[in-house]
Formats: sequence, structure tokens, C-alpha cells
Amino acid sequence: MSANITGAPSTDIVDIAPDMWNSPFWDAASRHQLVAARCTECGRFQAPATGFCPGCRACSIEWIELSGDAVVYSFTIVRHAVIPELAHTVPYVIAVVTLPDADDVKIMTNIVNCDVDAIRIGDAVHVAWDDVPGGVTVPRFAPAVLSAS
Amino acid sequence: MAELRQAAVVGVGATDYYKRGESYPQTTNEMAVRAILAAVADAGLSVDDIDGFAYYSGGFDTTWFTQSLGIPEIKFSASLTGGGSGAPGSVGLAAMAVATGQADVVVSLMTLQQTTGSRLGHAMAVASGPYARPSTPEKDFVAPYGAFAPGHFFSLIAQRHMYEYGTTRDHFAEVVISQRNNALSRPKALHKKAITIEDYYAARMISDPLCLLDYTMESDGAVAVITASADRAKDLKHPPAFVLSCASGGDGRWGRGISWMGMPDDLFPTAGAGAVANLMYERGGVRPKDVDVALLYDHFSPMVLLQLEDYGFCGRGESGPFVAEGNIRLGGSIPVNTHGGNMSEAYIIGMTHVVEAVEQIRGTAINQVPNAEIALVTGGPSGIPVSGLLLSKGQS
Repeated sequence: MSANITGAPSTDIVDIAPDMWNSPFWDAASRHQLVAARCTECGRFQAPATGFCPGCRACSIEWIELSGDAVVYSFTIVRHAVIPELAHTVPYVIAVVTLPDADDVKIMTNIVNCDVDAIRIGDAVHVAWDDVPGGVTVPRFAPAVLSAS
Repeated sequence: MAELRQAAVVGVGATDYYKRGESYPQTTNEMAVRAILAAVADAGLSVDDIDGFAYYSGGFDTTWFTQSLGIPEIKFSASLTGGGSGAPGSVGLAAMAVATGQADVVVSLMTLQQTTGSRLGHAMAVASGPYARPSTPEKDFVAPYGAFAPGHFFSLIAQRHMYEYGTTRDHFAEVVISQRNNALSRPKALHKKAITIEDYYAARMISDPLCLLDYTMESDGAVAVITASADRAKDLKHPPAFVLSCASGGDGRWGRGISWMGMPDDLFPTAGAGAVANLMYERGGVRPKDVDVALLYDHFSPMVLLQLEDYGFCGRGESGPFVAEGNIRLGGSIPVNTHGGNMSEAYIIGMTHVVEAVEQIRGTAINQVPNAEIALVTGGPSGIPVSGLLLSKGQS
């Protein structure tokens, strides 16, 4: 994982296979930009994108760059590794966060760079980019007060 | 309209239950056939009477069973979509076939054999093997975060429920302890050592706030259930367990819940079963207070709490105090998982719950609820569909 990231699960497991509807998300991530898909017809955000809008069924999305701010909606501290590849990176935190500048749409992520026992629902977090070996950049989130450094 | 109550569960059968991997070298097909033969014998039917299969998961091969058992003719063979939440739904599917005259005697089935290397939690994390996780555009938004195992997803729901409603680990423990108590008297149960609250808090934390004892066990075995027409059921060996109602589906807003976890706020801290519960009760013309015993799918203890809410036994957010008052214990207002459930008896992906419901309706259960007239069986939470089934002693 990137030197600026501590507490993420092993990057050995990162392997993605994006399609045309969500590759813009990963392309933006590689530029350290957090984006979300928005329907050009009705303005509804969707994350992840499937192409079709579940609100108006249009198949037309645009990618909106977000601030990177998020709020912890729920989380779990993984203390037991389900596969050996993760044994050296427990504990790590899986979280659902809401994105306030995308109508509070929810995404899955990790909370990193923090004391896992100090995380609370409602905490403000900010995106922390993890450039992992192999060329993929993964958006994780860190407590907002720490992310400015 | 064809009524499901024109069908009844007439036979149940199971192999022994084994700890994970210990059923080897039996094959899964062998265990399945042993369970089918046991169910046929329990019903007082012959293999020659079987003319349909209604599955929910597991990738069963009807041609194999037909060949091996020498079944004369198949008139119906179908499966629900989805994963492990369809045990009750598969009985509903069988009842639909029977009630519409497509078939007369329909087998629903589950087998499980978890050999080393195909453990569910492990296998979903790796790129090859029986339950492998190929990289897909959908999994890209989950797997890179180390979220593979079912417990990861359900702990997120449990945590949010704790936050919103003040639910505690003591409440999870009450589910675990009461179900274990129910298993103590059952010869086939795999876990028959009582759990104390001290044991619970000493258990290893897996995906905090869920500890080892909040998880179902890993086990092997097979269970078969036979559904037949109500007319035929009346002449068989046991009193029929009529199919009062069934529903398989889910609230569309649940979406890719238990994966992307993007459920709206009102659905997030639930079992996602409210829509199916309402439909099931409406179709059956009954209400939660009419249910005498509830066999609730228990892959993770907090999901029993959330189903108590979704299925209307207590209000939203009230399941913690509800179980703390003893309501789900034997003798409580709604005894839950009187067989010990997935967590203490055996985990055959929910099919043991159907067996227990049938025995409760027959009046032959080991932990019999006095005068049980209506039994609820649930499957889920999971992705869509989840399912709910009501079995009844009377046909109307």
C-alpha cells in the first residue's frame, strides 16, 4: 500500500475488472479524484454505477467530481483474517460511508490511518488515496482532521 | 386463484449432521438421496410417487436423482434464484406446482459438504475454487476493501442497529444462549454444551461487533422435504402441515444490499424482509400474533433480532429489549428456533428450519410448543429474494 496509508487490508487482494459503466470511476481514482455517477436526465446519483438510472431508467450518466468528504455510516473492525493473505493486515476496518456532496449516497470503503477502536458512526472522514502495486488506486478514507497532512 | 393451502408438507428426512468435512467420503448426491429416501419413508410414500423437484440453491441435478432413484416420470423441476435464503421459498415453489396441478409429489432439498478448501468465507475471497470470487465490475466496489465473508456485511447492519436503537451484545448473546439451550436435548444437534454469558464474552472477536458465537457453524448433511396435494396428504402417515402462505422476493430498494450496502436509511438496519413478511401474512390472512413458533434463519445472531422486527413480533428497534424479556425462549411469547437453529443444531442452509416447523405442526417436536397451530419459517437476510413460509395444522 502507499506509504501514506496505514491499516488497510492487504493490497494483494486488489484486482479489478471494470466495465464501460464504471471504469471512469477507477480512471478518476488513478488521478486522485473521487467521482460519482449522476443521471443526466433526472440528476439522481448512483454509486456504483450500473448505467441505467433506477429513478428514471435513462441510460445516460455524467461523472461529478466530489470533495472527498464523507461520513461514517457503519463499520466493522475485522479482527480475524478469513484468508491467510489478510493475516498480516488485521485489524482493518470495513465501512459504509455517505457522500454528502452526492446526496448522501452510500459506498463501501476502509477507514485507515487511525486507531480502529476510536472510530464512531458519524465521524467525518476524507478520501485517502492508496496507489497499490499493479496500477490500481483505491479510495480509502481517513479521519478528516488527519487527512490534511 | 390456485391456493397454496391445497398443498401440504407430508414428509421430512435428513441424514446425520456432521462437523465441516466429516461427511466425507460420502458424496453430496449420496447424502441427498439418503435424505430423500428418509423423507419418502416418513411420508409413507414410494419413490415411484415423486414427480417433481423444487430447489432454491445448490445447483442440484434432477437427472442424477431421476437416474439413481429410478423415478418413473418428472413433471416439474425448477429452482428459485438467489442463494441460501430460499429454503422456505422452495416449499412455496413446490406448493405452487402442486396447487396448479403441475405435479403431485415434489421434493425440496439441500445438502452441504464443506471440505477443506471450499469454506464459504475463505472461498469467496480467492480467485479460484468452488466458491471463487472472480473479479467483476460489481465486486470491484467491495472486494478491494477486504469485504468478502458474509459476516463482514452483516456486522455492518448489526453495528448500525446498535447505533440507532441501543441494541447491545447482551441482546445478541440472548439469541445465542437461548438457541443453544434448545439444542441441549436434541440427539442430532452438533453443539450440546450450554453457553454462559461469560463464554459469550470470552469468544474470539471475528468481525467486530460479531464474535465467533454470533456466527452459524460450518457443518455437513442433507435435508429433504416433500410437498404433496392436500387431498393426498390426508391419507398419509402424519397429519399434514398445510402450506398456509409463502412469499419470495424483497423490497426493490434493498437493491444490491449485502454487497454494495447502499440500502436507504429506513431499510439499512433491518433484515430486508418487511415486504416479504407483509405479503406472506396478507396471503395467509393471518397476523404475527397468530404465529405460535418462529423458525428464523440464523446465519448471524443479530439477524434473528432484526427478523423479529420485520416479521412483526415487536416494533422497529425493539428486538433487543424484547429478547431480554425472555420472549423467544421456550414458554415465551414467540419461541424461536426451538431446534437450536443453524447456530446450534446444524447448518444445512435453512432446511432444518422447515423440518422443525413440520414437527411442531405435527406435535412431535422434541421441544414442542403446546398446541402449535401455525409455524413461521424464514430465509435470509441476503440479496433478493428472501422468503417466508407459514405452515398450519388446519387447512383454512
